[in-house]
Order: sequence, then C-alpha cells, then structure tokens
Amino acid sequence: MIRSSGLTKRFGRILAVDGLDLDVREGDVYGFLGANGSGKTTTVRMLLGLVLATSGTIEVLGRPMPSSARVVLPEVGALVEAPAAYAHLPGRANLALFDAMSNGGRARGDRASRAGRIDDALDRVGLGGVDSRPVRAYSLGMRQRLGLAHALLRRPRLLVLDEPTNGLDPQGIREIRCLLLELHAAGTTVFLSSHLLAEVEQLCTRVGVLDRGRMVVQDRLDVLRRPTGRVVVHTPDAAAAHALLDGRVERVDGHRLLVRFDDAAALNARLVGAGIRVESLVAERRALEEVVLAATRPGDDRIDRTDRIDRIDGR
Amino acid sequence: MIAVELRKLLISRRTWVTILLIDALPTLVAVLLAVTDLGPRPGTGPAFLSAVLADGKLFPLAALGIVLPLFLPIAVALHAGEAIAGEAQAGTLRYVLVRPVGRTRLLVAKMTSVMAFVVLTVLVVAVTAYVVGVLLLGRSRVATGGTASFSGSTFSTQELLLRTGLALGYAMLCMLGVAAIALFLSTVTRSPLGAALGALAVLIASTILLGLEAASALQPYLPTRYWLAFIDLFRDPILWRDVLRGVALQAVYVVVFLAAGWANFMTKDVTD
Repeated sequence: MIRSSGLTKRFGRILAVDGLDLDVREGDVYGFLGANGSGKTTTVRMLLGLVLATSGTIEVLGRPMPSSARVVLPEVGALVEAPAAYAHLPGRANLALFDAMSNGGRARGDRASRAGRIDDALDRVGLGGVDSRPVRAYSLGMRQRLGLAHALLRRPRLLVLDEPTNGLDPQGIREIRCLLLELHAAGTTVFLSSHLLAEVEQLCTRVGVLDRGRMVVQDRLDVLRRPTGRVVVHTPDAAAAHALLDGRVERVDGHRLLVRFDDAAALNARLVGAGIRVESLVAERRALEEVVLAATRPGDDRIDRTDRIDRIDGR
Repeated sequence: MIAVELRKLLISRRTWVTILLIDALPTLVAVLLAVTDLGPRPGTGPAFLSAVLADGKLFPLAALGIVLPLFLPIAVALHAGEAIAGEAQAGTLRYVLVRPVGRTRLLVAKMTSVMAFVVLTVLVVAVTAYVVGVLLLGRSRVATGGTASFSGSTFSTQELLLRTGLALGYAMLCMLGVAAIALFLSTVTRSPLGAALGALAVLIASTILLGLEAASALQPYLPTRYWLAFIDLFRDPILWRDVLRGVALQAVYVVVFLAAGWANFMTKDVTD
C-alpha cells in the first residue's frame, strides 16, 4: 500500500528524513513510531504530497506520489497532526464543504450520496447527534472526532493517521481504537503515526521505528515481541523452586523467579510434579518499549547542557 | 473548487460587512452634498464630485473615485492576502490539498473568489450610488435626459451607460493587479495580515513615488500610476492614451505576480 525507497528530506541544513524505506502492506495496521522531531510528520506529509521529497521515491496504492495524487488521494483518508476546520461553520457544513472540493468524474454521484456519507462518518466517530454549533465552540475531543470523520468521509482504502487519539479521554481513546479495528476488519489498511507505545502495541500488526530520520526497526509486532526464552514464575516456595531449577534461575526476587526455560508448559509440569505451588507462570516477551528504547536515542526536544557548550565552542 | 470558494465568499458575514462599510462612505458623501449643497469647485477634490451636484447620474463614478484610491484596495488586499496564508494559518490548507484539490486549481479558485468580491463590491457601490445620486442630487437634469461630459458636450443615456461600464471594468482590472500582488505574498508568508499589509505597502510606496519628481523615471511603471485614468473615458472624444497604458501595465503586474505566486506555491512544502 505504501512503499518508499531512499526517501530523503532536507530542510536547509537539517536532514529531517534520511533514506527511509517504508513498507506498508495491504491489510496492515502499521504503527509508525518515533520520538518527537524524529521525522514522522515530515514523512506523513511526503506520503500525502504536502512536502516534496529531496530525493527518493514514494508509491502509495501502487502509484507514484506525488505525481499520481489526483488518482491516489481520493482513496486515502488522512489526519495530519491536529485536525482543522473552518471555525465559523458547524461540523456538518465543514464536511459538506470539504466533500464538495473533491474532484474526479464521480462528482454527481458524490453529491447525491453526500448527506448520507456525512451522517455515516459522524455516526462512526460518535458525533451523530452534533448540533449546529460552529466548530469554534467544539472541545478538543470533538475536533479530533470531526477530523476523523473527515478522514472517513469517502470510505478510504488507506487511512493515514497522525496521533489520532490526541485530546481524547480514556473512553474516547478506547472508542477510536475499536473504530480502527472495525475498519481494519472491513479491509481498510491503517497507517498510524504515534509516539504512544501502548496504543501501537494494542492496535498494530507491523511496526516501524524512526530515529532522527532513519528507520531503525521495521518488522511484525509479534516478531519484535517474540518470547525471550525466559519464564517468570511466581511461587510462595521460591527457595524450593530455586533448588529444583538450579542453574536455570537468573534472578530471585521474593516470590518472583526469572527462569531460563523455552517451554513454559513443561516448566509448569516440572514444578507442580515436584510439589511446588505456582501462583502464576508466564513466558516473558520483550515489551515494545524495550525494543524502541534499545533502537533509538532521546528525541530532539531534549537539549542537554553539554550539547550547548559544544555548540558555543563551535566544535 | 471554484463553486466552493464562491460559496464560502457569499456565506461569509465578513464579505457583506466589508461591502457595507465600503459602501457607507460614498453614501455619506452624497448625503452631505445634498444637505449642504457645497460641492468642491471644478478641478479640485475627488473626481466627478464637482459635477454630481448638477447631475446625480454621475454619482456612481464619483463614488468609484472615492473608494478606488484606498478603501477598495484595502479590502482586496485583505481578501487576497487571506487566500493561501489564511488557510495555512487555520490548518485547513493541508486538508484542502489532500482532498485532493490541485494546487493550480486552488490558486485559480482563490483568484476567482477575489475577483467575484471585487465585482460584487464595485456593483454594489455603483448601484447604491446611482440610487442615492438620483434621489438626492441634481434631480433637475434627469428630466432633460442629457448629461454633461468633462469636455462640455452632452452624453446620451446609452453612451453614459457604456462609458460607465468601461470605467467599472477598468477599475476592476486595477484591483486585479492589487489582488495578484497580495496573492503572491499569500503564498510566501503564512500570515494573512502580513500578505495584505505587504501588498498595501507596495501601493503606498507607489503613491509616494508618484508625488516625487526625482522618481519620474520610475513613474510610468508604478502600479497606481494610471488608476484614476478612468476619468478620461468621460472626455469627448475619449482620451485613450492613459487608459490603454493603464490596461497594459496592470496586465503585466497581474501576469508577473500570478506566475510568481503559482511557481512559488507549486514547489512549496506545506508544513503548517
């Protein structure tokens, strides 16, 4: 659905995106992770033809971007950073106005189905009963929902979402997560740019991690989160378990033991067979957070003092 | 997209408030003239004002002479300066472009909207001024049917209408020049007010240089140089020289600034 090769963007002296090879496949929920300032938004903007790449190529829905924008973008729904709307108009009027802007040969059919599609999109994001207040009077969460409705207006094959749960409360975040999973089940590919690891961990099937403009990890989430070959055991008989599994126990911490053991079920059988009571037993997996932290450096919103001294020295 | 922009123009309360304010000044002038009967002496004051006491049908032109030097350019610069920078500032530009609306198409639609605004404003001013002029000023001549030209001879109503139409068209072209400058600046900056003030700065600089003898070599190329040449359309016979130069000059400004704005916008990274 999205492929880029050697995608590079330079703003003056700053290299924002550096040789990016994105690979988003049909049916993915792709989590695009990275610290603040790592180039996520610039990449999203390049995919949509808003920012023009310095070098490299982009293919979206199998066609080159931005040269095929007229054909590609009608099938893409996008939320780029904050949602935006004409503040003096109500949400419904905003959607109607944006819908009327779209070109293409289907204009008449578009117009006939407009009211229905607007209602449908508003229902999906939980704004079905919205009144005629202007968007100016909307809360942050309502604006975010309206932005999502805007992205869904034309029932896109590909959704490109940048921080879609910004400004939503936990209830709202859960609703949006369910909505995205529902759309995904119906065949929509989702490209989700976020710095919320938990969100990506719960939603995504594939993950790409960006660090200072470079892709440092790109793989299936279940591969990244493969078992570590260790099992976490909680038992009141820690000492007995330690004795039984001597040599395989890496750490004992009260009732908690970390055991090097590939097969959790076999370990359980062995402990129980030896009369050791087991409270819980879980095969350890790598957390996405560990994967990301291992692969990246701090975001560029952190400016350490030594950096500044370096700069003053002109080194 | 053009239809959308025109709809946005017409449903915007600001459009109508602006037009109303622009329209208020010539109306006030007409009321004052009617009440006091004190017109400027011929050859002084804004164009045509000395003539309207005798003939109210000339008041649309007097009104044009009142709003053209300052009011109309301000309104046009604000509107055109808003075109791209306003969308960028509101954050809607990126959503318009990913709809997708082609960048060229967006510029054309914005320019059309500015022109529609100019036409609407000039027509509202002209119609109001005609009504006010006929009702309050120089009613005596209406019955006789003739209208005096600047050169002393008399126009038939038909000829007056034709020349008024030409004058309105000329004024609109001058405003198109202003719009092109503001639209170009609107693609450069992300502040709509900056773009509008930039365009006005160009006009003010032009006006100042026109009053400066040392700048006489530059004067034929200044954007406001031939703005008031529409007066020559009411001489008998028409004095075409300045009008034609004005048309050519404005055409050059429009083409150059629209081309620059287009080239800049096509290669611009939309990052706001």
